[in-house]
Amino acid sequence: MSQFTLNLIVVGGSFALYIGIAIWARAGTTSDFYTASRGVNPIVNGAATAADWMSAASFISMAGLIAFVGYGNSTFLMGWTGGYVLLALLLAPYLRKFGRFTVPEFIGDRFYSQTARIVAVVCLLVCSITYVIGQMTGAGVAFSRFLEVQNTTGLLIAAAVVFIYAVLGGMKGITYTQLAQYCVLITAYTIPAVFISLQLTNNPIPPLGLFSTHAESGLPLLTKLDQVLTELGFHDYTGHHHSMLNMVLFTMSLMIGTAGLPHVIIRFFTVPKVADARKSAGWALVFIALLYLTAPAVGAMARLNIITTIYPDGTAAEPIRYDERPDWMRSWEQTGLLAFEDKNDDGRIQYYNDQSEEFAAIAEERGWQGNEIVTFNQDILVLANPEIAQLPPWVLALIAAGGLAAALSTAAGLLLAISSAISHDLLKSVFMPRITDKQELVAARISMAFAIALATYLGLNPPGFAAQVVALAFGLAAATLFPALMLGIFSKKMNTAGAVTGMLVGLIVTLLYIFTYLGWLFIPGTNMLPNSEEYWLFGISPLSFGAIGALLNFIAAYIVMKLTADPPEHIQELVESIRVPRGAGGAVDH
Amino acid sequence: MSDDKSAAAYWSANVRVITICLIIWALVSFGFAILLRPLLAMLPITIGGTDLGFWFAQQGSILTFIVLIFYYTWYMNRVDREFGVDEE
Repeated sequence: MSQFTLNLIVVGGSFALYIGIAIWARAGTTSDFYTASRGVNPIVNGAATAADWMSAASFISMAGLIAFVGYGNSTFLMGWTGGYVLLALLLAPYLRKFGRFTVPEFIGDRFYSQTARIVAVVCLLVCSITYVIGQMTGAGVAFSRFLEVQNTTGLLIAAAVVFIYAVLGGMKGITYTQLAQYCVLITAYTIPAVFISLQLTNNPIPPLGLFSTHAESGLPLLTKLDQVLTELGFHDYTGHHHSMLNMVLFTMSLMIGTAGLPHVIIRFFTVPKVADARKSAGWALVFIALLYLTAPAVGAMARLNIITTIYPDGTAAEPIRYDERPDWMRSWEQTGLLAFEDKNDDGRIQYYNDQSEEFAAIAEERGWQGNEIVTFNQDILVLANPEIAQLPPWVLALIAAGGLAAALSTAAGLLLAISSAISHDLLKSVFMPRITDKQELVAARISMAFAIALATYLGLNPPGFAAQVVALAFGLAAATLFPALMLGIFSKKMNTAGAVTGMLVGLIVTLLYIFTYLGWLFIPGTNMLPNSEEYWLFGISPLSFGAIGALLNFIAAYIVMKLTADPPEHIQELVESIRVPRGAGGAVDH
Repeated sequence: MSDDKSAAAYWSANVRVITICLIIWALVSFGFAILLRPLLAMLPITIGGTDLGFWFAQQGSILTFIVLIFYYTWYMNRVDREFGVDEE
């Protein structure tokens, strides 16, 4: 059976499963559609949250992101997990107790203001729409790579599948497909990782393998990696080569942003009790950690593996001949993700850091005329793993299904956040407050279809800023929604004027800072200052600015609150009531 | 909740445990993994051929986060019962 047929069977099978779940988990009421009627087991919700959270980027790119930078990119690992502590301690239990359907709904009710609710809808739409573009393009790329169809066709198939289960099942359908998608993606990620870890370190558990001994050299794996990298002019893997300030601020922005992203928060509306919301956040992090502890191990091992493949007799000896390169390199050259160029015509592959000034002398002495791996896409580290580890073809098929599961599950969660903001926060609350539950359910389904159409369109015609959008989504979630939600719970005296001013300050300042360096609406050439460290305000990178935006939001809200009237008595009572778990069950319907 | 006094006591017990958890949260990530890494490196402890700070950056902080959430859940379930505000 060819690899293509196998991919088709495994991916097709996983899609049939998702659609089957959708038919079983149809939504009958708005409560089903928005919150799965709050009947989801907290551990199931944990797994669904993990799939909701881990995107195509986490699945395919994370390992490479860490492998090519080393210690410096640990910020992603800490940032994308640490946010769950904030969620569990500061937001999830109280928002579950509040017992409504959407994030803007909490902000609108708590700050007794339609304006606050609409500002929150705007922030939600900007965060979620920018984020969903990446998922749709990710699904298109995964399809085209594994199923030999055009990007466009792939994207349309992905959109059709999401359409079926999201429109039919709403949150209920999405929850149980996300559970299935988590199982697919974690299996696909773990199997090749276990084999690579066994080959390199004799330890079957990749996170332990990362800190154990490299079997071939007898040195600790990381020592060996540091050693071969520095011998080739790269900086060492474990060393500190970045600004501490930006590492801290970037990690902080990712953490606060994670906690403020609406598609993650609404997952915690689906559990029966407040205590379940706390527990569920813990399980979500356990399921996320299974991948996030494996990713850095995969990254480091794959990088070492590739270097020792190219320099079989050590970095001081000659690298391999181009025509003797392993098969997996040949097959990935065809995809364009890997490319060689024999710059000095010696028929061998020299892989080293040709940007290093110190190493230039050594390179010249050895007759090297530049790094000959001219394209080395970071995604290869995950995608080619099964071939590097010489695993059977069905493992590669599983990777295909896993990558698609990661993209689809995140897209579905985002689409639900978008569509519920439209049908519940705009339509029901602002334009047509009199519609019945049945009519709102129809409206919710139409909004979902509309959101999918919009995401598909944007996925097919991505605005030029696709790469920057994730930073924007996190920066804005951190600077707008998180502070408003936290103040709404922890400050009884916070009022409309304070919260709205805070959100607007966070939104505007963060957008201005990002656009100043990355261009207005990310249009190249419209940036007012060059995007490099000497021009950054206090040396703060625009990608790390979300944490500063959040701080400014808090300060502005506090000052305005002090200058304006206290919130009315019933609002202060509302805050009292969301602070205690008792009575969460009764708050389900409204 | 019987009266305002116990509501205030419940909330301050909650805020206290949140503060403690968040101090540990910040210490292992921003502290041990980034800012205090040079200090940790002076300790005579190595793990897998590198220093403790690197381990915290790639694994230790994540494992600590998990422990913190489950600890908070366990602790608050107890406090909820103590103050009679648990979900019946």
